[in-house]
Amino acid sequence: MNVTIVDYNSGNISSVINSFNEVVKDKVNIEVTSDLKKIKSSDKIVLPGQGSFKSCVEALNNIDGLSDALNEFTMTNKKPLLGICVGLQMFADIGYEETETKGLGWISGKVSKIDNQDGKYKLPHIGWNQITVIKDSKIFKDIENNSHMYFVHSYEFVPKDKSVISATTDYSSNIVCSVEKENIFGTQFHPEKSDKLGLKIIDNFINL
Amino acid sequence: MLKNRIIPCLDVKNGRVVKGINFIDLKDAGDPVEQAKIYSDGGADEICFLDITASNENRDIIYDVVEKTSKKCFVPLTVGGGIRSVEDINKLLNCGADKVSINTAAVENSKVVIESSKRFGSQCIVVAIDAKKNGNKWEVFTHGGRNNSGIDALEYANQMEENGAGELLVTSMDRDGTQVGYDTDLMFKISSKVNIPVIASGGVGNLNHLVDGIKLGKASAVLAASIFHYGKYSVKEAKEYMDLKGIPVRI
Repeated sequence: MNVTIVDYNSGNISSVINSFNEVVKDKVNIEVTSDLKKIKSSDKIVLPGQGSFKSCVEALNNIDGLSDALNEFTMTNKKPLLGICVGLQMFADIGYEETETKGLGWISGKVSKIDNQDGKYKLPHIGWNQITVIKDSKIFKDIENNSHMYFVHSYEFVPKDKSVISATTDYSSNIVCSVEKENIFGTQFHPEKSDKLGLKIIDNFINL
Repeated sequence: MLKNRIIPCLDVKNGRVVKGINFIDLKDAGDPVEQAKIYSDGGADEICFLDITASNENRDIIYDVVEKTSKKCFVPLTVGGGIRSVEDINKLLNCGADKVSINTAAVENSKVVIESSKRFGSQCIVVAIDAKKNGNKWEVFTHGGRNNSGIDALEYANQMEENGAGELLVTSMDRDGTQVGYDTDLMFKISSKVNIPVIASGGVGNLNHLVDGIKLGKASAVLAASIFHYGKYSVKEAKEYMDLKGIPVRI
């Protein structure tokens, strides 16, 4: 099996690479690339993302043919993709960080700033928070409800169709922190930084 | 709910762990990679490396330490000490650091924080404020506590938030190494002034001090070095104690 971590200059992805290598040992081939051929022929894709929605979308669009290749992989060929943090947020139609920016549009919805309730909640939302699992997701196999995951973000994905939400976390309101729609998976938290339970989620994705 | 974080800090010099008492009198006590692994297995919410003599010496060795640690620890790793430029930050992040903590360079050149937070995202930019009390205000020190910039720490904290810092690591120079507890007055004042999380540092001698950092200092996270490093308390004991005192922690 080939798993590709998309390297599109979206910020620091070394932790993502390290965590996947730790989970698969030598059993699965992990590629870190933006090569379109390799992306198209892989079995699974990981779409990381750090920084702002705008900077990630721009970085993606800066690589000719990348968004089309991802679209084909995900929407036409229906192969599994895991978006992490801004990688998940980019599933949306539109994001409002810095300026209004069009997303990939795979899961209808928007990405807007977390309501800090006039300074009552610090932003970014940084640290370990518990997730409330609201539907069975394949990547949550053996992950208990209320498990702690590591978060760092100021914006949240608000999908139109609530049935895609697999988990939420409580910070100012119930923030969407995991989605599953057919072959598309995403976590707002960082499984690569969420210790053993995070690695288990990565393992679940690898074993889909 | 969001939990308060406990962050053990390892002071690293020439690739080895040390902890200074008031920044001098260093004692060698171990391999940073192994130490970090022990902490993350023991429930540390993050790990912090501070390359203490990096401003003066060849610091390439820290890259190797970070690279090795990030392959073994799957909790966030913050690295600070001697960061001068956006390129230094890029290099540390590429080696596997999740965040960098910037001290002197943030004072001397505001572009470092502004540009790096734009390029890499605020989430990985921690500004470290070393503050010392002078009369009824606190002043920002640089160069590992050697130089007084004369800048007011509270105003500086605000400025750093504006420049794009994602978190502030606030160390009381008066308390660091003394084990008499955080300067909770300083922590409270800064935490109340900014909308980004504050990590309290400097002066922890017992577990109650950690509780005070959160309850009185209103910090989001507490950082400590020697109480963990010399085996006085484990991270697990610290968390159990904080839990007992009603502080939300990840257990």
